Amino acid sequence: MNSAADARAELISSQQRLAVDVRNVSLTFETADGKVDALSNVSLQIADGEFVSFIGPSGCGKTTMLRVIADLQQPTSGTLLVNGVSAEQARLERRYGYVFQAPALFPWRTIEKNLKLPLEIMGFSDSEQRQRAARYLALVNLTGFERKFPWQLSGGMQQRVSIARALSFDPELLLMDEPFGALDEIVRDHLNEQLLQLWDKTGKTVLFVTHSIPEAVFLSTKIVVMSPRPGRIIDIIDCNFPRVRTLEIRETPEFLKIAQRVRVGLRAGHSYDE
Amino acid sequence: MTSSSLSLPVSRAGTLRRHRLAERYAPIVTIVLALIAIWYIGAVLMNLALVRDGFEREETPYTVSDLIEGTMSAERPLLPAPHQVITAFVDSVFGYAPTAPRSLIYHSTVTLSATLLGFVLGALLGIALALMIVHSRVLEKSLLPWIICSQMVPILALAPIFVVALGAMGLQGLLPKSIISAYLSFFPITIGMVKGFTAPDPMQLDLMRTWSATPRQVLSKLRWPSAVPYLFASLKVAVTISLIGAIVAELPTGAEAGIGARLLAGSYYGQTIQIWSALLAAAILASGLIALVDLTERGVARQMGTRS
Repeated sequence: MNSAADARAELISSQQRLAVDVRNVSLTFETADGKVDALSNVSLQIADGEFVSFIGPSGCGKTTMLRVIADLQQPTSGTLLVNGVSAEQARLERRYGYVFQAPALFPWRTIEKNLKLPLEIMGFSDSEQRQRAARYLALVNLTGFERKFPWQLSGGMQQRVSIARALSFDPELLLMDEPFGALDEIVRDHLNEQLLQLWDKTGKTVLFVTHSIPEAVFLSTKIVVMSPRPGRIIDIIDCNFPRVRTLEIRETPEFLKIAQRVRVGLRAGHSYDE
Repeated sequence: MTSSSLSLPVSRAGTLRRHRLAERYAPIVTIVLALIAIWYIGAVLMNLALVRDGFEREETPYTVSDLIEGTMSAERPLLPAPHQVITAFVDSVFGYAPTAPRSLIYHSTVTLSATLLGFVLGALLGIALALMIVHSRVLEKSLLPWIICSQMVPILALAPIFVVALGAMGLQGLLPKSIISAYLSFFPITIGMVKGFTAPDPMQLDLMRTWSATPRQVLSKLRWPSAVPYLFASLKVAVTISLIGAIVAELPTGAEAGIGARLLAGSYYGQTIQIWSALLAAAILASGLIALVDLTERGVARQMGTRS
């Protein structure tokens, strides 16, 4: 116990600038069919301001990874620091915003009130709530939809509201779990561009789970390729496109080279099982 | 119904509208007319022997039409004809001052006040129990079997015990009736609200967790609004049960007022028409209460942006 605390103290002093620091984290689920290793001995360091994508086939633990960082699930072993504090501490201090696969808006609240929900919970003043709701709705280009109810918006618009909601209390870290998975390709491209602009404007650290290779390569500064059974990291690819980029870079040789490397990594991870 | 609407010529809008109106009300009217016809036939058949005996006892000659007429105007028929019930009902509603002991309005008000008090008590108890069950596994395990058991005992057996016990404690009149009414009506609300409070999506619950919301905030901002549709569904069931509870509670107490008392007095003296008009009053009361809950539900649903 003591040595673990010492090791943690050491980590904090040496890795102050890391947004996320994962060391030897494992997570085992007990299911009816026996044990499932959702994460096996995963280590990963993410610097402040990075855009990191997690890619891999279903069951590779990428969502679990995000949930562990968010303290929605607790690892079986290993150490984990978020902004230099424990995951639980980071959650209690509201250091991150989480965007799920589905918008998960509250259907009985208008768009504006949905945006205000985390602010209400965190005890922001009324005027501050109003200001922030307006500011973040503008950020995702949804000004004018304040009084609409969620069902009156398209899926893409709803997901933009949920991104604005995650940003509304200004967390340092944005965790996104396949946020555009349910949208069609054209809407997805558009939102990817908007997300990049947002990332550039706000300077947040973004952790982004996806199934799509082009999406991962287009958005990220770092791509984490994962593989299932047991869930583990098999490759970490740096991806240094300029911060401001357009969809056209997807045709460049560099882009295709990185995409190819991701694909190779995914294939390697897959054959491991068969 | 659907098949006939499909076969309608769509081009003739006017005819279509008339057809739609007919389509909406025709089934209701048909059913009501059929029921009334069956009722009349039933009245004739059931009262026939009674009327024939009457004629034979007085040794007056009679024809078939005399017989049939007799079955529909008997003073104490086995089954009164619809028009007899309606006449008696209208008479006892409008024929007396609303505070007179023969006025159905007076008796309905007595029953209604016990119903409403019982309904409110039952709703509060039902919601409180559901909250306890949702928030604690231990309470779920310890409370739920008792809650289910409570509904397996016939209320007709329990009601006199309640009334006597509460009477010994000095409680009389409205309150014992309301308690019996609440005893019946809390149950659907507890069951419905347990379902409602656990209705939120796991994602919505996770979101609350990422914002480190307090349990109280999770309740007020997520669980409670999610439960509203379930609340109204169970309130509709509960409000009719409340009325039944209040009426049943009036039976064993020898209560001198209330719809239950009217039913009891009617059956003592063989006043079937009085029984039926009291039943009619109860039915109207129940429909009114459900309509009230329904109206509230619609207002709340509009407030909550429910897609209509």
